[in-house]
Amino acid sequence: MSSFLGSSIGKKLIMSLSGLFLVLFVLVHLILNSFLMFDSTGELFNAGAHFMSLPIIRFGLQPVLAAGFLIHIIYSIILTLQNQKARPQKYATQNLSESSTWSSRNMFVLGGLVLVFIAMHLLHFFIPIQIHGNVHDDYQLVKELFTNGSTGLIYSGLYVVGAILLGLHLAHGFWSSFQSIGFSNTIWRARLEKLGYIYAIFIGAGFTTIPLYLHFFA
Amino acid sequence: MADKILKELTLKIWRQKDAKSKGQFETYKVNNISTGTSFLEMLDILNEQLINEGKEPVAFDHDCREGICGMCSLFIDGRAHGPDDDITTCQLHMRKFKDGATITIEPWRAGAFPIIKDLIVNRTAFEEILQSGGYISVNTGGIPDGNAIPISQDDAEEAMDAAACIGCGACVATCKNSSAMLFVSAKVSHLAKLPQGRVEAARRAKNMVAKMDELGFGNCTNTGACEVECPKGISIANIARLNREFLSAKIKD
Amino acid sequence: MTILNSKIPAGPLAEKWSKHKAAIKVVSPANKRKLDIIVVGTGLAGGSAAASLAEMGYNVKAFCYQDSGRRAHSIAAQGGINAAKNYQNDNDSVYRLFYDTVKGGDYRAREANVYRLAEVSGDIIDQCVAQGVPFAREYGGTLANRSFGGVLVSRTFYARGQTGQQLLLGCYASMNRMIGQGKIEMHERNELLDLVIVDGKARGIITRNLVTGEIERHGAHAVVIATGGYGNVFFLSTNAMGCNGGAAYQAYKNGAYFANPCYVQIHPTCIPVHGEQQSKLTLMSESLRNDGRVWVPKKKEDAIKLQKGEIHANDIVEEDRDFYLERRYPSYGNLVPRDVASRAAKERCDAGFGVNETGKAVYLDFKYSIERLGRDVIEARYGNLFQMYEKITDADPYNGPMMIYPAIHYTMGGVWVDYNLMTNIPGLYAIGEANFSDHGANRLGASALMQGLADGYFVLPYTIGDYLAGEIQTPRIDLSHPEFEKKEKAVSERMSRLYNVKGTKSVDSFHKHLGHIMWDYVGMARNEEGLKFAITEIQKVREEFYKDVRIPGELNAMNIELEKAGRVADFLELGELIARDALNRNESCGGHYREESTTEEGEAKRDDDNFTYVAAWEYQGEGKDPIVHKEELVFENIKLTQRSYK
Repeated sequence: MSSFLGSSIGKKLIMSLSGLFLVLFVLVHLILNSFLMFDSTGELFNAGAHFMSLPIIRFGLQPVLAAGFLIHIIYSIILTLQNQKARPQKYATQNLSESSTWSSRNMFVLGGLVLVFIAMHLLHFFIPIQIHGNVHDDYQLVKELFTNGSTGLIYSGLYVVGAILLGLHLAHGFWSSFQSIGFSNTIWRARLEKLGYIYAIFIGAGFTTIPLYLHFFA
Repeated sequence: MADKILKELTLKIWRQKDAKSKGQFETYKVNNISTGTSFLEMLDILNEQLINEGKEPVAFDHDCREGICGMCSLFIDGRAHGPDDDITTCQLHMRKFKDGATITIEPWRAGAFPIIKDLIVNRTAFEEILQSGGYISVNTGGIPDGNAIPISQDDAEEAMDAAACIGCGACVATCKNSSAMLFVSAKVSHLAKLPQGRVEAARRAKNMVAKMDELGFGNCTNTGACEVECPKGISIANIARLNREFLSAKIKD
Repeated sequence: MTILNSKIPAGPLAEKWSKHKAAIKVVSPANKRKLDIIVVGTGLAGGSAAASLAEMGYNVKAFCYQDSGRRAHSIAAQGGINAAKNYQNDNDSVYRLFYDTVKGGDYRAREANVYRLAEVSGDIIDQCVAQGVPFAREYGGTLANRSFGGVLVSRTFYARGQTGQQLLLGCYASMNRMIGQGKIEMHERNELLDLVIVDGKARGIITRNLVTGEIERHGAHAVVIATGGYGNVFFLSTNAMGCNGGAAYQAYKNGAYFANPCYVQIHPTCIPVHGEQQSKLTLMSESLRNDGRVWVPKKKEDAIKLQKGEIHANDIVEEDRDFYLERRYPSYGNLVPRDVASRAAKERCDAGFGVNETGKAVYLDFKYSIERLGRDVIEARYGNLFQMYEKITDADPYNGPMMIYPAIHYTMGGVWVDYNLMTNIPGLYAIGEANFSDHGANRLGASALMQGLADGYFVLPYTIGDYLAGEIQTPRIDLSHPEFEKKEKAVSERMSRLYNVKGTKSVDSFHKHLGHIMWDYVGMARNEEGLKFAITEIQKVREEFYKDVRIPGELNAMNIELEKAGRVADFLELGELIARDALNRNESCGGHYREESTTEEGEAKRDDDNFTYVAAWEYQGEGKDPIVHKEELVFENIKLTQRSYK
């Protein structure tokens, strides 16, 4: 088993499975967040947030989610370091724009930026709501962040950038996960790539819409 | 169609005395090159010029000059086999360049392909991968009739698509990770698609991937650049098949 | 004059090989382990031999000048491989393949060798299928066939337009398996520069490591030369840039006879020469003649306009097109053998009907088959060839005819071997294109692959045992033997001599000069005066070469100019030998066409009374004229007739 997970394809399998897990997670997250837009009283969103704070979620699922993130990050570092080592001397000129997409070549950078965003995001919401547990109205907390005078616009902008980064990461990550586990061929590849783009746009657009909606319309 | 003359070209070429020496770029000029000339013929002209000047000509690998032996290997203006699709360097013609252009020529760069001299690299790593399993274990003789096992036309064609690999190394050279997955997957796919090769498919996939990893190639991140620069248009669908073959083989272990 | 012993077994033709196999000696598995065999060259012949011998248990050392065994120029063969399988039920048989090959070779090949080749041809296909060669298939899953020039049946197996590649990768894979098991010791980027003969037997080779420049000694109980042909004597040819006659020529200089060097095949369907900067010629597969029609304009004024680029081929109406192959050879039409097609093209161009700016090209038109079969079918059959044509010429063959012209392609001549494929030096074998044996004066399309693999898979592995059975007492070859020392020194001196000329001209400039002489006087049409002129001219170039060649770089390091210089030095002697042989053979046969020997209609005329023999040349030393030995060709089964494809 160690030779399996230690092999290049084994490591890719881990990246792929953890990635697919996170793909699902962002979808759930987006659905919950969309509650912010459908009920201006905040009740719907608060109910959702409350559900997410149930012990079974907090102590059952959150560690799994954290592990998913950690594994995805650790393996990305291992793989990237190996990949760097595989070409000790770089080209003076390399023109890859003819042959691959920008996001596919910059997954590590994109992932890193998404991680920075996540850290900020955790600071804003996860820590006060779930760790300190002293927030009574989750909806108000979110709404204030995006609408609060001068900083509201900056935060809305940052969250929009975060959503775009995530969308770009998914634009390659989605189909790539299927390719890595071998679920692709000449026919399915085109389908998966399209599906991946649709998914990336959906997620990206979804997370972009929410802060903008809150800032301008809530 | 009529050929034109490129009056002057500037060539920035990587020169390196041997594997141990440090290399650097040298700049040369060539004049009056016909657009009907092939890229390697243009280098021949440069070399003739260098020899006449008493300098050492540029060493580069080439042999068949018709795009099939896989020996030629130049990274031209940032692209493996230069600025044209579905060809090797020897099939690249000067009509792809503009008069007055500066052309940068580098060797394949990958840790697994050390430079031997100038633009020549050592691709023995590919040999080692194939020696670890890129074959069907049959001895000469005592073979059943060629028509004994029917093979569907689709399977034969798909096997042929993968078998078209010429082992030039453009996939590794292009890949931002210097991954050899396209090369390995082409051989694994070719043999896995045929009933004769199916027999030892699991063993083959495991051994070849293990050897590939051992030799210091990078990991595939599915950018797909390799298939675009592959002179034979080998698809990364083969990489998906290799992943499948390898994972299913390992799970059964 | 020595009588050459070809060791052809007695008995009826169809039984010769099986009886011979039963009669020759075999080596026990325990003894095979103690025997070393050197195989030089890793193409179809060398690759298949090295793999098969290693599988049998011998210790094989394989050599190639390229960076991998897979690069050997067999890889460039496009069209296909013949085999008498009769899968198409068109009444093909071993005899018919044998007959076609002897006739195609203009009755200058050995009956027994050719029959054996036809006999084992079917096994080759089976072997390759088992190795995973993805041959073209019918919908029902059976193997597909196509037809080729010079025959009336469909017996050619193919893998798209890359048959040579796939067959080579097949035996290369088998070699890799043996390398992995330690049964083959592979030496890449390593070139043979001399043979070592101890007590009259081939015992090893001297090579130059092309990476380090070191001169190396390698010993073995037998040496197999499988280094292909010497077409690069002509500078421009369809051969790879590195193809050389070196190993075969060194064998000749060490006493092996060189047979029929003048038999050089000129392939009719190559992309025409475009200018002085050209380094090589690209072949378009002969299979194209299945669906393409060859023509030139009927009217000279049209040809002149085409040459000036004033009109396009498509502007010439149907009635003004001269389908000269169909006109002259109605029964075979566009599928006449290569030598006939090549000469017919030259005849039209010499008469002023050539169609490109140099006047040295004819059309190969797919318009008619696209109309008949549809573009899809043509694309499926020849797509990669059409793409290759377009990349090189920048012209689209779907919307206008291709331009083609003959070019040097294959050499039927080579090291003389007996029925066992052994040269006259005991323990030295020559297989594939490097020997002379099976194609006579002209090779049929798709037969080179067949011969290379037949020799390597099914002939040499048996016949070499007959010799090695007598060598089981011989210990590992001692590399410190004085002969090794002597030869290594000789090679070092040869290299130093070239390197120290320090003249003013590049190796290529001499090679090009030689090529011009060869093409003009020893090319498609030869005559006494021209050949004599060529001999003296070549001698002059050779003299100048040793006075004025310039080789930059270092002697004892990777030095590509030095490599080329060694090869060109051989070509400068080999070219003369070709001319001498051509001069000696005052008849027209196959690829060899003497203007003095033609019929009234201008067709080639053989002279069976005086030339039904193999001319085997023996080296006499530097500056001395070689001696010719004659092996009479006896035809017991085929009646010699003047070849006709009309």
